[in-house]
Amino acid sequence: MIYDAAVIGAGIMGVSVARFLSAYSGKFCVIEKNEDVCTGTSKANSAIVHAGFDAEPGSLKAKYNLLGSLMYPQLAEELDIPFRRNGSLVVMMHEEDRPKLMELYERGIANGVEDLEIIGRERLRGLEPHISENAVAALWAPTGGIVCPFLATVALAENAADNGVDFLFGTEVNALCRVKSAVIPERKDLATEHGYLWEIDTSKGAVYARSVINAAGVMSDIYHNLVSARKIRIIPRKGEYVLLDRITGGYVERTIFQLPGKLGKGVLVSPTIHGNTLVGPTAEEQYDREAVNTTFDGISDLMEKAGDTVSGIPFREVITSFAGVRAHEVGGDFIIGEPEDAPLFYDCAGIESPGLTAAPAIGKQAAADIAEKLGLKTNPSFNGTRKGFINPLEMAPEELAELIRKNPDYGKIVCRCEGVTEGEIRDAIRRKVGAKSLDGVKRRVRAGMGRCQSGFCSPRVMDILSEELGIPVSEITKKGGYSRIIADKIKCCSGEDKR
Amino acid sequence: MIYDLIVIGGGPAGLAAASAAHDAGSREILVLERDERLGGILNQCIHNGFGLHTFKEELTGPEYAQRYIDILTGKGIEYKTDTMVLDISSDKDTLIKTVTAVSGSDGLTVYSAYAVVLAMGCRERSRGALNIPGYRPAGIFSAGTAQRLVNIEGYLPGRRVVILGSGDIGLIMARRMTLEGAKVLACAELMPYSGGLKRNIVQCLDDFGIPLLLSHTVTEIRGKERVTGVVISEVGEDRKPIPGTERFYECDTLLLSVGLLPENELSKELGTEISPVTGGPVVSESFETSVPGVFAAGNVLHVHDLVDFVSEEAAAAGAHAAAFAAELKDRAGAPDTELRDRGIEITFDGGPRYTVPQFINPAHVSGPVKVRFRVGSVLKNRVVKVLFDGNCVLSKKRNVMAPGEMEELLLKEELFAGNRGLKEIRISVEEESV
Repeated sequence: MIYDAAVIGAGIMGVSVARFLSAYSGKFCVIEKNEDVCTGTSKANSAIVHAGFDAEPGSLKAKYNLLGSLMYPQLAEELDIPFRRNGSLVVMMHEEDRPKLMELYERGIANGVEDLEIIGRERLRGLEPHISENAVAALWAPTGGIVCPFLATVALAENAADNGVDFLFGTEVNALCRVKSAVIPERKDLATEHGYLWEIDTSKGAVYARSVINAAGVMSDIYHNLVSARKIRIIPRKGEYVLLDRITGGYVERTIFQLPGKLGKGVLVSPTIHGNTLVGPTAEEQYDREAVNTTFDGISDLMEKAGDTVSGIPFREVITSFAGVRAHEVGGDFIIGEPEDAPLFYDCAGIESPGLTAAPAIGKQAAADIAEKLGLKTNPSFNGTRKGFINPLEMAPEELAELIRKNPDYGKIVCRCEGVTEGEIRDAIRRKVGAKSLDGVKRRVRAGMGRCQSGFCSPRVMDILSEELGIPVSEITKKGGYSRIIADKIKCCSGEDKR
Repeated sequence: MIYDLIVIGGGPAGLAAASAAHDAGSREILVLERDERLGGILNQCIHNGFGLHTFKEELTGPEYAQRYIDILTGKGIEYKTDTMVLDISSDKDTLIKTVTAVSGSDGLTVYSAYAVVLAMGCRERSRGALNIPGYRPAGIFSAGTAQRLVNIEGYLPGRRVVILGSGDIGLIMARRMTLEGAKVLACAELMPYSGGLKRNIVQCLDDFGIPLLLSHTVTEIRGKERVTGVVISEVGEDRKPIPGTERFYECDTLLLSVGLLPENELSKELGTEISPVTGGPVVSESFETSVPGVFAAGNVLHVHDLVDFVSEEAAAAGAHAAAFAAELKDRAGAPDTELRDRGIEITFDGGPRYTVPQFINPAHVSGPVKVRFRVGSVLKNRVVKVLFDGNCVLSKKRNVMAPGEMEELLLKEELFAGNRGLKEIRISVEEESV
């Protein structure tokens, strides 16, 4: 198989490229070292669709932030995922910081962000009663939004797969080189205009492609530097968060940012699209690209800082803490496009905040650029819509009764904290690009995402995974690799596995 | 049809409540259970030690549950398993309760009842609630989840185990996993005393040579995919880790037994007043919550140590619920809300963190009232006094009182008979005078 394009990385960036590529005729694949989509930076971030006032005017961040923000409403509808423009507030605590607030406002205007306003204390506290009494003013951006990064990534991937994109999971790219297409004699027809193909050496063998899209997140500099003399450098930057129980839903309605000040960029307090409250992130540079450990200092620090802008955050309702590593490129901007010395190697690199917002816009652009370069026509059978997971407990009673009559699995609640039924879990596993692990199920349909953090439902979800995947329970993992849940059968059951 | 009583939960509390309500005259009783069988958490508690108070013999959890299930079926009480209650509401005027439930076999069903007993039990506090720093690999289990995996599913969660917290389930699992061939390295407890019963410390840790590290906690979890080890540090009096005391334990499993939380999401949505201390509803001497005709008992009310006391408490709640249902059924119009005045709030000093019940209305007392409470720290050589309007009506000597062991006081009916105009009930824990 020779692909027209191979995307490295199945985060929101990679699957966005894949989804928009699938609108063109051709063979495409996504190569991912982990067992599922959305396992890196995409799974641990602020889940914000940024309005776009933050980035330097003229930067790629500014451009794609705005474009992405404008794309989200329609994309959410096409992909049947929740998205809400809840609005963002950047809160100023000291009068002497006003120039900074104005600078942010003006940057937003320059970036083309609509409906920005500077509002005073009264209006601010009218909008958000829990804002600190010491707040002076705020930048109000009604176009700021929130989205579920898991569902956005899963939905784009499912839609790409529905339109024929292959997903190669558990496949790590070790090396990349350009080879003369003549080395694959039977496929001379696929020689590019340069007469070259990319040979992608992976942990599961070679993959050939006419073009490569580098969407490898915190690893993106490694792949870029394999093929280009114009080096880039990613500094992994860790961000720690705490997530509060949905019982705190509505503590803030809008995303509350702190005005960047002497003490750094500050932390945000935001509702999530599912009604939790999210507080974070910290920002620590580190060497390890995969060090997603939380730290005592980090968590204490962000709880303290968040209290500056939002009073009385009910931290006793914290249900989990987590950390993500952001791909910060030393130049400070996204790196998008082909390096001059590596044609048909297309970077979508250094995708840190506002990456979740920008990814669909970058993906669309990257797909269009690649298609033009390769002369790909539009895919006449492309279907850009995808059906979301059914959420039975949000249905009208008659509808729900009918659904359960048709499929009783939708009446069996497995995760009591989030109200997730067996029907949803089976659907999450059975789909193309389906869940293969507890975390995969959790990210798709939220079983285990709630206040008990999978204590009650994990044994049952393991059983369902085992049935659906046709593997013994002993092989079920939390998140692929060596993350098996259980060590052994107990002595009395040492015969064959339960399933 | 309107049931006399719907019991939410078919664990030990729900079973005892339903049975007692039947004894008290209710006939239309429905027990709703979310699991596939009755018995609740008892089904996975295959160790013995249950029933010493209730049946005067030592039973395993499933045996204890079966006694009650047999009583239930013997009385012909209706129950539905695999049925999850989504919502409970109470009509302000008629006080009729509506219970909405969902199941695979019956779909979405709405039931009505004169009275409801909340018996949903509790859940375990998770790692997330503790903010233990480190990675988020496989191999971190709450003790109850591990217990389910071993005793019901037949799997060993791991081979080298560290336990954080000395709650009873964690202690039981230390023994259980050792018997299944795992090596339990240590049990770390943040507090300077154990959170579990003394007998469990002796039988589950001491007997197997498992060290109990008091005033220690897990300060880091290592391992990107599966747990590879944890760091345990000593904590000071402020319960903060003491730098320099870190010690690494190589292990593949971390069990958490760090507290149980009454599961009151339904109660909160129903509008019952919740005690910030117990995490359960505030109740009167009849175990009635702030919503008339809604009663609560067992671990949903406050976390117990012994199932026998859950059964006893729930039986009382069930009987009171039956009485309420009978009264409401007989009454043509709206019930007399005067009657539901919850009375005097019990106050306390010198040690208790809370009492259950929180309120007593002397006019409603029929039969003895048991007041249960827990202390906030280990107390030695104390006298527990019950003061009615400042007069001591009961005094009980206690050599040792510990947070891990629930205390109880039996207030006889006669105490209230002559005290209908009572203004203050106070529980005072005092140092024994020498």
